[in-house]
Amino acid sequence: MFGPENTATYNCLQTMSLTPQDIARIANLARLELQPEESERMLTQINGFFGIVQAMQAVDTTGITPMAHPVAAIQDITLRLRPDVASEPDQRDLNQQSAPAVERGLFLVPKVIE
Amino acid sequence: MSKLVQGYEVVIGFETHAQLSTTSKIFSRAPTAFGAQANTQACAVDMALPGTLPVMNIGAVERAIEFGLAINAHIAERSIFARKNYFYPDLPKGYQISQFEIPVVQGGEVSFFLEVGKETVRKTVRLERAHLEEDAGKSLHEDFIGQSGIDLNRAGTPLLEIVTQPDMRSSEEAVAYAKELHKIVTWIGICDGNMQEGSFRCDANVSVRKPGGPLGTRREIKNLNSFKFMQQAIDYEVRWQIDQIEDGHAIEQATVLFNPDSGETRAMRTKEDAADYRYFPDPDLPPLVIGRDWVERVRGEMAELPRVMAERFVSDYGLPEYDATQLTQSKAVAAYFEASAQACGQAKLASNWIMGEVSRRLNASELSIDQSPVSAAQLAVLIGRISDNTISNNAARQVFEGLWNQEGEVDAIIDAKGLKQMNDMGELEKIIDEVLAANPKNVEEFKAGNAKALNGLVGPIMKASKGKANPGQVNALLMKKLG
Amino acid sequence: MSDLHNLSVKALATLLHTKEVSAVEVATRFLARMGGNPHNAFLDIDSEVTLAQAHASDAKLAGGTAGPLEGVPVAHKDVFVTRDFATTAGSKILRGYRSPFDATVVQRLRTAGMVTLGKLNCDEFAMGSANENSAYGPVQNPWDTARVPGGSSGGSAAAVAAGLAPAATGTDTGGSIRQPASFCGITGIKPTYGRASRYGMIAYASSLDQAGPMARTAEDCALMLSAMCGGDIDRDSTSLDMPTEDFAAALNNSLEGLRIGIPKEFFGEGLSGDVRAAVDSALREYEKLGAKLVPISLPRTELSIPVYYIIAPAEASSNLSRFDGVKFGHRAKDYTDLVDMYKKTRAEGFGNEVKRRIMTGAYVLSHGYYDAYYLQAQKIRRMIADDFQNAFKACDVIAGPVAPSVAWKFGDNANDPVADYLADIFTLPASLAGLPGMSVPAGFGAGNMPVGLQLIGNYFKEAQLLGAAHRLQQATDFHLRKPEGH
Repeated sequence: MFGPENTATYNCLQTMSLTPQDIARIANLARLELQPEESERMLTQINGFFGIVQAMQAVDTTGITPMAHPVAAIQDITLRLRPDVASEPDQRDLNQQSAPAVERGLFLVPKVIE
Repeated sequence: MSKLVQGYEVVIGFETHAQLSTTSKIFSRAPTAFGAQANTQACAVDMALPGTLPVMNIGAVERAIEFGLAINAHIAERSIFARKNYFYPDLPKGYQISQFEIPVVQGGEVSFFLEVGKETVRKTVRLERAHLEEDAGKSLHEDFIGQSGIDLNRAGTPLLEIVTQPDMRSSEEAVAYAKELHKIVTWIGICDGNMQEGSFRCDANVSVRKPGGPLGTRREIKNLNSFKFMQQAIDYEVRWQIDQIEDGHAIEQATVLFNPDSGETRAMRTKEDAADYRYFPDPDLPPLVIGRDWVERVRGEMAELPRVMAERFVSDYGLPEYDATQLTQSKAVAAYFEASAQACGQAKLASNWIMGEVSRRLNASELSIDQSPVSAAQLAVLIGRISDNTISNNAARQVFEGLWNQEGEVDAIIDAKGLKQMNDMGELEKIIDEVLAANPKNVEEFKAGNAKALNGLVGPIMKASKGKANPGQVNALLMKKLG
Repeated sequence: MSDLHNLSVKALATLLHTKEVSAVEVATRFLARMGGNPHNAFLDIDSEVTLAQAHASDAKLAGGTAGPLEGVPVAHKDVFVTRDFATTAGSKILRGYRSPFDATVVQRLRTAGMVTLGKLNCDEFAMGSANENSAYGPVQNPWDTARVPGGSSGGSAAAVAAGLAPAATGTDTGGSIRQPASFCGITGIKPTYGRASRYGMIAYASSLDQAGPMARTAEDCALMLSAMCGGDIDRDSTSLDMPTEDFAAALNNSLEGLRIGIPKEFFGEGLSGDVRAAVDSALREYEKLGAKLVPISLPRTELSIPVYYIIAPAEASSNLSRFDGVKFGHRAKDYTDLVDMYKKTRAEGFGNEVKRRIMTGAYVLSHGYYDAYYLQAQKIRRMIADDFQNAFKACDVIAGPVAPSVAWKFGDNANDPVADYLADIFTLPASLAGLPGMSVPAGFGAGNMPVGLQLIGNYFKEAQLLGAAHRLQQATDFHLRKPEGH
């Protein structure tokens, strides 16, 4: 998929354990604030998991098409298309009943700076 | 050879987001109409409420196919929807459903004419791809102290993102491309083209380089929502980049916004980690499969494209290139022309009238051609009356005036205004004899060889006929009688 | 009738249709048993709503417009959104959330006449196999309150086993219906992926999530599954456009000549002796019923663990991005700016296992790693599915254990998530292939804890699976045993 990165990818597989920097980078990507001890535990546990992932890397999958919809194993599953009809009623109040902050029908958030 | 700016070659690529003219959203059944009360057109799916799932709108796919055919692109038999993951308040799911690896429209090209000095040259811009995706909502910054308000009405509106190769070499080319693309999407009716409302948004990737050198680092100017700003923004950006380089600074890749007031571009606060979107195929949406039969059906139902139509006007109606191009600026004008040309059988005359009197009057009163008080049929009748000598060209203008003011049909107006040319020889001869009898002096002078003396006779004759006499006939008869 | 709460869905439906009991009577009985929330099985209860539905059902029964399951109570796993009850998915981030619509499965069961008792506890966002990951506290196993009920549909399994509900809905992504059913000694089935609509099921791993019924008997599961399944073409692009089917029609078909495949990989040293013994005895019952046992191989069984734990977290990391404190749910009190609001909201709102899977998923999808992890996993996933198609050439159904052991004691796997992951080994392969699978009570093991037999069928062969389970339940009474005091 990310053509140029592939080589990089397979190099990093030799040393597959994550670093504290990886944890920090991913936590930021995933918008999770982690306490230091949390990050450490996370690092140990995720690396523990990647121990069992090693086995997967050895498998030769050349020529295999990845499977998206499981039933595609026996029949071609393609996207169903619906007619272009607008039939949803306005349910704003109902849809916003569990919103943390709403004013004049708008969701309020800390200022978005561009 | 592209023109240089201070010895630099300008390289421009375009990414255009065209909102598709569907009635419902791309993945939900909420309406897409513009300008509704905040969040009243965002249903549970558009708000990404827990448990909701996307269901694809066939109207958006059909429009993508039409666009692909309009630009001679390849329509992928199988394309994939992917998730582009990033956090932003106007992106309710925390990811945008788009197409990444395999877009629905692949390749294609857009050609147009542009003026270079005196001559008109044809330019072709290669397209890389066009893919389907969902629009985001809007962040409103006004009057919410320290906060922004999020309106998701626009979220889920179908977009076609149209990406070119870096083929443009000047802001003029860029604008000409944008105008041609705008003409195509509105002509085939997949987009209303309203730039103020954001239905047609252009991002320009601009870089400069020494001729023959490697591509320079590009900066992306976002949301150019008018052709005027487009040119200003690109020109400013080009100058800015050249100055930077000349001052020994390297250009850093960035996204910039154009400020119409200052006429300057400024870098946006870059979304950190924007680089890592973690694309992967959306497991909620199986592959989009488009059979050849479907593509052919769409092709069959598609309107004739402007370029093709212009060529036909030249071959079928014998119009000059120029007329043909002018008359195919919009579908409505072309239709008006064909209707009148076919009705009166005088294509060139129809063309002259439409590019002349008709468009003049329309422009003056800021009307579009389908609002014209004078119908194509009426224009045809009018042209007919000129060519069968019923009225003179001058009279025709008065009739047009009458038609414009809804004073009735052509012949009625001709009679009412008494504009019919006098074609009754008997009566005309009678008038001429009277005038000759009344002006023996002029007759003598003419016979003595003074051609000017004739005018002294024609004037009174036209006067006596109240302008209805056909000047040609008058001359012919005079010659006969005096000859 | 004193033992209403011990009756099957089938028996209750009959009594209700013959007007021997009223829906209100039945609902009242179960509401009474639910008082004090035994085993912490329920997350939301509203007797007014339940009784109103029961009254409506009685009216339909009286008016002759009753659905097949009219008046029979059911409780829903809290990942199904509901209009009339709060929906939290066992997470703090959705505390008190009210959905403007009912999940398709919930609405279909209501149409069939079922009365909703409330919402059931589960692992947060269905991530877990012990129900220890609920923000609202763990669920106890009614057979031994010191043990876990299994997960993620732990509340569903415990409620049925304890007679708090005659039946419940569950969801199965990697075994979340089959494993708790096995740990609590009840019957549960996950249909073919795409059979039941996912609309209104809060997504964990979109390409794996499936809804299914959990009840005492295979017959009850058949009746409910018939009502739950059916295409949802307007709402779910992954639901298969198939006509509804009566899964109870062929329950009594003879098993004569049925070929049961026994995958050798399911009987390795990882499998504890007590579980193996119970499973073997159930297999001997099948031989008595005329079935033939055929040795087969599912060579990539072990690989299903890394493959699943790459694909599921990857999809989850994206599915859970919508929980950002903007449109619904929890928002942190104090924050400096937008990004800080996101990070604190999600840090406060999500539990450890959910955070761990979001992190793992974001990592395997991040720049440069996609091909090596997610794409590779999706390819091996197809190989695993192909292995099954290969195996089904030699057999009609596949049988084996649901889990390597009986329900473990609370805290046994604490701080070692990988130990929990490994325990999913027998349920993951069918999940990855999207095949129907079920758990049928097969006996008892260590600590007199229930043991389930797993049956896996080919795509769309739910009826055959349920038939095989039903015949076993005609010959055995494990499914009728009840924990002490229930």
